[in-house]
Order: sequence, then structure tokens, then C-alpha cells
Amino acid sequence: MFAEKYSDEIQAILSKYPPEQRRAAVMPLIYLAQREQMYVTKQAMVEIAEILGISSTDVASIVGFYTLYYDKVGSTYRVQVCTDLPCALRGAEQFLEGLCNNLGIRVGETTPDGAVMVEAVMCLAACDKAPMFQVQSGDGLSYHENQTVESAASLVAELRRKAQSKRRDGHGR
Amino acid sequence: MDADTGLPSQSQNGQYLLLRHRDTPSIGELEVYRRLGGFEAWQKVITSMQPGQVTDVVKTSGLRGRGGAGFPTGMKWAFIDNKNWPHYVVANADESEPGTFKDREIMEGNPFQFLEGVAICAYAIQANAAYVYLRGEFWQLAAWLDRKIAEMEAAGLLGEKLFGTDYSLHIYTHLGAGAYICGEETAMLESIEGKLGQPRLRPPFPPSYGLFGKPTVVNNVETLTNVPLIIEHGAEWYRSLGTEKSAGVKIFSLSGCVERPGNYELPLGTTFRELIFTHGGGITGDRQVKAIMAAGASSALIVANEEALDTPMDYESVPRVGAQLGSASVIVIDDSVSIPWLINKTMHFFKHESCGKCTPCREGTFWMMHLTERIVEGSATLEDVELLQDVANQVKGKCLCALGDFSTEAVLTGIERFRPDFELAVAGSAVAN
Repeated sequence: MFAEKYSDEIQAILSKYPPEQRRAAVMPLIYLAQREQMYVTKQAMVEIAEILGISSTDVASIVGFYTLYYDKVGSTYRVQVCTDLPCALRGAEQFLEGLCNNLGIRVGETTPDGAVMVEAVMCLAACDKAPMFQVQSGDGLSYHENQTVESAASLVAELRRKAQSKRRDGHGR
Repeated sequence: MDADTGLPSQSQNGQYLLLRHRDTPSIGELEVYRRLGGFEAWQKVITSMQPGQVTDVVKTSGLRGRGGAGFPTGMKWAFIDNKNWPHYVVANADESEPGTFKDREIMEGNPFQFLEGVAICAYAIQANAAYVYLRGEFWQLAAWLDRKIAEMEAAGLLGEKLFGTDYSLHIYTHLGAGAYICGEETAMLESIEGKLGQPRLRPPFPPSYGLFGKPTVVNNVETLTNVPLIIEHGAEWYRSLGTEKSAGVKIFSLSGCVERPGNYELPLGTTFRELIFTHGGGITGDRQVKAIMAAGASSALIVANEEALDTPMDYESVPRVGAQLGSASVIVIDDSVSIPWLINKTMHFFKHESCGKCTPCREGTFWMMHLTERIVEGSATLEDVELLQDVANQVKGKCLCALGDFSTEAVLTGIERFRPDFELAVAGSAVAN
């Protein structure tokens, strides 16, 4: 159970907001709920709703509105390449295509082992260091800037190894 | 340093004022920041100034909001409703405009000056809680700021009864989760409250009805980072930087087709030419500059002629070449770039980021994206270009927040100022058909 397993962290999150404004904790609680599996289960949504005194439909609507939340099982890692205008002017689209060719997948697809999905995303505030991407996993996000297809491909290889050992340990998918 | 006054001089000649980590890389350590005079302004306001005096100094300094709107900061603070309590400060660290990457550098490199600015703002409006709203992608940055906040608490710079007074302050970070619209101040407040990040109808404005329905000041990271220096060195000193109506320094985020993209801290009023050619090293390859977007993807397209290049980048001068300074996110476009392609890029962005609340924006961005798609693919006619213009005009001025308007800027100025590009794209489709 989400609420029991993370009770200390949940209390710490709630303490950041006025007691009569518990709903404000919904975003950090959703992040907490998708930490292990990179998506929020229906059960977790129900528990978050109970903690905050709102409906689980409200929680689901927040999950649906924001792009960094997921309500379905997906890849262990998401490689999110910015292809917005400033990055595109510095070759980000060719970079994304080159990376996908290298991995033998198309944009938006996941490697056959289910480890890494590669997708195009909107601006990540790193326009001067394009091509760049972020890696999202359940436990956080990291930036990778001034990339080449080679540097990105070797990072993806590393992520695939990590995903395999995560699965062995019983986490992730 | 200016030898006569001992005050920091304009950053282009001497030391940085905001990007101070470039002079002192370890300024993100508390003891280093304090050794350089850090938190003296904070102590000074709490122990020797009335809240209203702090607001007056910021008002007199001429500081204007650095997030894009350029609203006078001190005036915003003075609007706070003192009949309704408690008050809140929200620091806008959502930084999501394509072409903008300055706040991230400030918070990574010079976090305490930013947090000191948040604290001084909080004291000026007598808030006991402040939230720093960071875009979700700034996950590691939020963890970094949490550590810095904890260090301040441990050093007695945040918490209860500060400096022996009755004043208390806590600063909290709050992570967004991937929505450009949350950079709009009322959408940001909704988002912190745990609701969909959609803008509110205004008025009432946040200084009377803000976070949790209470009076709130929302300021951009860069704006707040100026504040400790203004308190330390005085309003007159700050006014001596920049131009008469646009006081101070600004961080220009330079991106696109330039040799040295990056953040440049320069006085307001620096010309486009100086930024692009002197600091940015000029255009990449053997290309010519064709167009400039001064405010990221939300910009009007400026025709980069000699007059435009010699235009000072301040709040008053940029409108003379038919654009706005905005957040000073200068995207440089060279002569290899097709304007319909560029507009299709910005439309993809705005279509994705429209929150869906207002019909003209939700539907208009969708159709503008598809029309530009058709033009780029070479299957459009001149009527499609007129239709695109028509749709843009139906979005403009008809939405609750600025996103809808922003989405039309490049479309309308692109068609008006770079018409041959559209005619070429359409002529290509005539051949193809």
C-alpha cells in the first residue's frame, strides 16, 4: 500500500502546505507514487485522493493534464529529446533521427527489451547546449547536453543494462 | 569594481551582478556567499527597515519584471492587499519559453542571491511562506535548492524569529510536471493549489487574490535575484545601470544560428548587433542573419536589417522594430531558414502547450499547426496562407491569458514581413500539383 509504505515521506510533503490546503500536495504525491514503476496505479490514485480528501477523478485529471505523469506501464527510462525551434536550429531533429536509426526504432518507440523509449519533447531550457535530452525515470530526471549520436547511444546502452538489473531486483518493469 | 565608489560596475566592464558564479565559482557555498557580503541585505531589511521602506527602494530602483511582461516590481509589491492575510510569495522558476535558459543558470550557480531576493520580497509584503515553483524538468535543481534552503535554516537565516525579531519565514520548492502554461502566474497558482494548471480570469490580480485566495506576489527568478543588490547598493546605483526607462542589467539568452550561444548579462539598452556579433561571435558558417526573435517562440519576427541590429534591447526600443523584449530570449535565424518551417515549429509548441481552457486558443493553435504543416509540405495555396492569417486574427485578443496571443505573433509578422517565403512555399506546391 502506497500510503503505508511512504508514510514518512507523505507527512513531510504535507507539511509544506497549510493544513487546510492539503490538496496542494497532490503533485508531489503523484511523483512519489510513480517512483518505482514510472506510472501511477489506480490504487495509488485512490489512496492519494483519500489522503487529500478529494476524489480519485480529481487525481486522475491531474495525472492526465501534466506530461511528466503516466497512468500506464511504459518503458523503464524515457529519453526525451528537445526538438523545439532553438534546438532544431542546432541540428536536434537530425540528432533524434540519427539516434533512433542507431537503436533501430522510430521516434516514440521503445527498445525491444522495454528499457528505453525515445521521444521528442518541448523546450527543456537548455537551448544553448543542443542537441540535448533529458532522461526520465521513476526516481528523477537528468539532463544530458551537447550530445552526439554516439554519446547518446552509449548512454542508452548503459540505461538498458541498468533496466535489466532493476528488473532482476524486482523493481521497474 | 568602480574605483571611485567601490560599487560593482556594469557587468560588461567588470563584475557580474547576477551571474556572479562566473567570477566566483564557489558562490553557491554559504560561507563563500556570506564572505562576499551575502545576506547582509537580508539582515538589514529585517533589523532596520520597515516593510514599506523596502518596497519603496525597489520602486525607486526602476526594477521591472524580468519574466517577460516588464511590470514595475516595486509597484506590484505595493499592490498587496493589507486587509487580507496571510500573504504569500511565489517565485516563478517555470522557465519554459523556447529560447529561455537564464533562470536555471542563476539557480544552479548563484542560488543564495536568488533565495535572498525571495526572502527580502517576503519581508516587504510580510509573508511568512514563499514557494519556488520550478518546472518538473528542474528535478535536480529543486533538490539542490532544497539543500540550500536547509543550509539557510541551519544558519538561522530562515525559520522562526529571525535575527531576534518576531518575523518568521519558510521557503519551499514545488515541482511542476511539464506544462508551459504554468509559467503564467495565475495558472501557476492553480497548479500549486493542486488543480489543473489553467489561467484564472483577471482581475482580481494575485496581489489581491493569489495563492489559496490570499494576497500574493509572483516574481520571476531573475527579478528577485536583483533585489539584494538594490538593497545593498541603493536604488540610485541601480538606476545608473541600463537606460533611463529600463534600469539595470538583464540576462540575454542567446540561441539559434550563432557561434557562441549562451547567457549574456549586459545592461539593458545593449544593441542586438553587440549581443549577436560582439558577444555571440556572429552567425554560424557563411550565413547572413535573416530574422530575430527577441522574446523566444512568443516573439514577433524582426526583420534583421541594419536598423534592427542597431536597436537597443530595452523595453521601449524593441517595440519600434515591431516586437517586444519579453524575457530577452534572443533566437537568431539565418538566411537558410524558411519562415513557414519556423512558424510550423512554433505552432507545434503552442498547440501542445495550449491548456484547452479558451476555445480560440485550443482550436486556433490546432488549425494553425495544420495549416502551417500543409504550407511546409508543399500542398497549400495562397488561400491557405490567408486562412492562416484569418485564424490567427480570430485567436488574438480573445483568450484569458497571453498564450493565445503569443501563438499568433510569429504567424502574423511572418506572413507580413516575410511574404516571399510563403509565396515560394506555395509556388512549390503549384509545381508539385
